[in-house]
Amino acid sequence: MGIKKRKTEETIFKALMVLACIMVGSSLFLIVGTIVVKGLPYLTWDMVSKIPQGGFYIGEEGGVLNAIIGSLYLAGGATVLGLCISIPISIYLNIYLKRGSFLSKSAKLAFDVLFGIPSIVYGAFAFSIMIWMGVRASLLGGVIAVTLLIIPILVRTLDEVIATVPKELKHAALSLGATRWEAAKVILRQIRPGIYTAVLLAFGRGIGDVASVLFTAGFSDNIPIYIDEPAATLPLAIFFQLSSPIPEVQGRAYASALILTIIILVIVVVSHFIAAKQTKHNI
Amino acid sequence: MLILSIASVSFVFLIGIGLYWRAAPLFNENTLYSLFRSSEWAPSSGKFGFYPFIMGTLWVTLIAIVVALPLCLLTGVYLTEYAKSSVRRVMLPLVNILAGIPPVIYGVWGIFFVVPIVREYVAPRFTEYSSGYTVLTGGVVLAVMIFPILVSIVSEVLKTIPKELKDASLSLGATKWETIKKVVLKRALPGIIAATVLAVSRAFGETIAVLMVCGNVPVAPTSVFDGGYPLPALIANNFGEMMSIPLYDSALMFAALLLFVIIFLFNLVSRIILNRIEHKYSS
Repeated sequence: MGIKKRKTEETIFKALMVLACIMVGSSLFLIVGTIVVKGLPYLTWDMVSKIPQGGFYIGEEGGVLNAIIGSLYLAGGATVLGLCISIPISIYLNIYLKRGSFLSKSAKLAFDVLFGIPSIVYGAFAFSIMIWMGVRASLLGGVIAVTLLIIPILVRTLDEVIATVPKELKHAALSLGATRWEAAKVILRQIRPGIYTAVLLAFGRGIGDVASVLFTAGFSDNIPIYIDEPAATLPLAIFFQLSSPIPEVQGRAYASALILTIIILVIVVVSHFIAAKQTKHNI
Repeated sequence: MLILSIASVSFVFLIGIGLYWRAAPLFNENTLYSLFRSSEWAPSSGKFGFYPFIMGTLWVTLIAIVVALPLCLLTGVYLTEYAKSSVRRVMLPLVNILAGIPPVIYGVWGIFFVVPIVREYVAPRFTEYSSGYTVLTGGVVLAVMIFPILVSIVSEVLKTIPKELKDASLSLGATKWETIKKVVLKRALPGIIAATVLAVSRAFGETIAVLMVCGNVPVAPTSVFDGGYPLPALIANNFGEMMSIPLYDSALMFAALLLFVIIFLFNLVSRIILNRIEHKYSS
């Protein structure tokens, strides 16, 4: 092949790459743009400040405050519960166990695999647990399902964060006579911004997921007060309203989608800044 | 902490056992073969044929991979080999945000953006009529959903290729593209396959977004402009009524079990490959 032909091939593929890059990058703007264009005309103060009033589902007064609060409760509860379980696990795997031991290897593999399990399977599994324990669709059931879903995310993120802490820190603590538990506390303090990132990531996943809460959290027009009451969630509210034939209700679905998108974008931006701050600290 | 860690590892098996336990009654009356091959779906008369749903899942997943893989490979190569760091600094956060967008938002976007395009512009060229709610639509929406996982893992894998290899190829007079084609991509092949398998399993389990745009017709699709009914959508759509018909819940749990087993195996294999790649180059 002549050099000219080879150069042309390079140029063609480079152009294709730029094109692919633009397509992948612009898909985000397409999605957010579509949601904003569709949702903005329907977004009113009532939408975020009121719970559904009588006749809400035929296009009358009301808002989706019940779903917003329900989602926050659900994702918040699951994140707290998930942290209580995943911080000890990641400390144990990274500080107590030797690197490369059988348990730490298989646990990491297990979490990688669990991370890939779809939320509908977690939902179905949590639902069988609920039948077994006799819990009906409620905030508690939803929290269980979402906790199962986000534990792998939390463990994997914390794992990555702990890996960035210099080994010397642990060794220094241990050589000063600290127990491993005390060394763990030192490391935990060091990775605090990383924990915030993990929390936001898990919270974002929890608030946006619908397949896991579909049969576990139920749906309600009221804001849940007790943990055994069914709770509405924002994604589910979008899903239900969208299938309505009434234009006003559909419009509310667009507005709810916009609210959810804004929440997610805020979470992502905040966690991005926290992550940036952390890297600054390390250097 | 030891108990928590061991519990989390065994949790993978617990999910499998739990789902099997709920699905077991189905096996008393049906053989595995008949469940897979029969296309008769009539829960009220006790006929559970999963063939249409399995085909629906396969079609959607296949389309998603065919669309996403070339785009993401090109993007990944561009970002790791050609792009300036400023481009990388813009693209990586974009991809991260894309990963954080909840499925239901993808679904809403699919309804307002992809469905009309398929209905108005794409389908009329090939068939007489299409509602726009087709396996093609589902595949395109899924493709965008798996962009983040593909781009990020492909970039990670490409980064592990030793610089010496590339330098050797370049110094022999190969152009940059030839080096990428014959050295980098060849060397990265196992990692790329692993990334693809992970993306496939992500697409396999995706529920709500696909459910919203796929048409949900319980017939095996014969062209990309037919509607389809993937397994996760089947579970999500019928959970409400499953307790009232005998064996129905077992059938849905069997669908969940099927998803779990396939995705578990896919994830296990690809994670082992990826871990090996990472291990080889980090030590």
